[in-house]
Amino acid sequence: MTPMPPGAPSPPPRPALPAREAAGNGQTGAAAIRTAGLTRRFGDLVAVDAVFLEVVPGEIFGLVGPNGAGKSTMIKMLTTLLPPTAGEARVAGFDVVAGAARVRRRIGYVPQLLSADGSLTGYENLLLSARLYGIPRKDRDRRIQDALSLVGLADAGGQVVRTYSGGMIRRLEIAQSMLHAPAVLFMDEPTVGLDPVARRAIWEHIREVRQMFGTTILITTHMMDEAEELCDRVVVMHQGAVVALGSPAELKSRVGPNATMDDVFAHFSGAKIESGGSFREILRIRRTARRLS
Amino acid sequence: MRSFASAVPPVAYRDHFDLLAFVGHVLAVADAEVRKLRHDPLELLTRAVQPVLWLAVFGQVMARVRGVATGPLNYLDFMAPGILAQSVLFIAIFYGITAIWERDLGIIHKYLVSPASRTALVLGKALSAGVRALAQAVIVYILALIMDIHVSFEPVSISGVLVLIIMGAALFSTVSLVVACIVRSRERFLGIGQVMTMPLFFASNAIYPLTLMPAWLRALASINPLTYEVDALRALMVRGGSSVLGLGFDFAVLLAAMTGLIAIAARLYPRLGM
Repeated sequence: MTPMPPGAPSPPPRPALPAREAAGNGQTGAAAIRTAGLTRRFGDLVAVDAVFLEVVPGEIFGLVGPNGAGKSTMIKMLTTLLPPTAGEARVAGFDVVAGAARVRRRIGYVPQLLSADGSLTGYENLLLSARLYGIPRKDRDRRIQDALSLVGLADAGGQVVRTYSGGMIRRLEIAQSMLHAPAVLFMDEPTVGLDPVARRAIWEHIREVRQMFGTTILITTHMMDEAEELCDRVVVMHQGAVVALGSPAELKSRVGPNATMDDVFAHFSGAKIESGGSFREILRIRRTARRLS
Repeated sequence: MRSFASAVPPVAYRDHFDLLAFVGHVLAVADAEVRKLRHDPLELLTRAVQPVLWLAVFGQVMARVRGVATGPLNYLDFMAPGILAQSVLFIAIFYGITAIWERDLGIIHKYLVSPASRTALVLGKALSAGVRALAQAVIVYILALIMDIHVSFEPVSISGVLVLIIMGAALFSTVSLVVACIVRSRERFLGIGQVMTMPLFFASNAIYPLTLMPAWLRALASINPLTYEVDALRALMVRGGSSVLGLGFDFAVLLAAMTGLIAIAARLYPRLGM
């Protein structure tokens, strides 16, 4: 259990924002993420099909579903990497298309792939991010050291990332995505390929980040223990559409008296967890896993 | 107890264009590349083979032919700037493969969700290709000294050569990045990279003068940026060398081509994150 910074309530409110940003948010009590009819087609394939969502500030929100359900496409649209075909999405108060640059300043992103640069040291990875996010030169070193010790990498910061274990790389990426204290943090399959101990450590860090910064966190996962352990609310996606939404406890009680999250998954997505995944997807996950081990 | 003393937004969000921030982003990207080189400097040495072969083998033999109208320069002096430009080209033209590699690793996604403008990212990558190319120049210069080529060490010449090398590498690495953004797979990229290099090299004035070319080849050479790079290098790098097309014109063409290419690449770059 990590003590909170003095005076921080649980979960603490976002620190006071500059006036311009507060004004930019438009409505008060705005959702951290709001989508309306968000749709993405690839040719004939409808990857995400008219999704309506509202994520409350400060919650850990899970997107679950079998491989190919549209989770990654959702995250790519919400992080401004992929323009929607139809519908709209607002993240941290701004439209992901019209206000893409503004959205980018306010979000953090941990991709599914291990995206820390292996040929740089941990410190240099964070330095690059600090510079891209415009952290003033005088604050950089302190923030980077803080971020490294937050994820327990204070001693490894000088080593080239190629020599890190998978769990260490993930922790480094969490530090990297939090350097600029984003309002909304996106994590795509944050613990895929990690061993149980490393997974628990990552969960702990995710909770810690939320507690310290009041960050809204959206994760995608196809592992039900992760959804249950970590998420305040979960949305189950199936073939691009939302098929269920609620807290893990609510969803379980909807399925049956003794239902587990695995039952919830099977019930709503009509799929067995093991069954999903195109060849390409499996290949990618295996490759990630191999880099991790 | 762990602390995060700076648990406040680190920056006031600046939502308007900011030239200082733009330059900062360009330098941040380039700086990361230079740091990578520092961790793995051996990579630079392995690239020395090409220019050595061209100058020491091809050049030595061709110098005996004496049939090439190279003006006041002997053939080796004439060829050295061409080989410098060529070795920079050959490295830069495969630079796009690192972009595809970074896409496969998810590194590019991290760049693309950052607030840095796409133009700044592309320019930063181009600049780092330029820095890499400087190592190439050092090798060619050393080789030139050994081979008794009449290299000029006037400060103006040296700085002019440095600028030209950075521009040339930036330009062709951006060509490469554009191709990478279009094909988006390593296999297809390698095929195209092979197909691009030789025509760019031979349809230029790198190893023979424009006056020697048949009209159709001269027409091709005149739309090849390498021609302008070599022409300017010839004026600056070797003593007694001069520009056929005009030094100012050479720089203007290179700058214009680079600007256009950067603009195209900045538009296409987000495709790598999709």
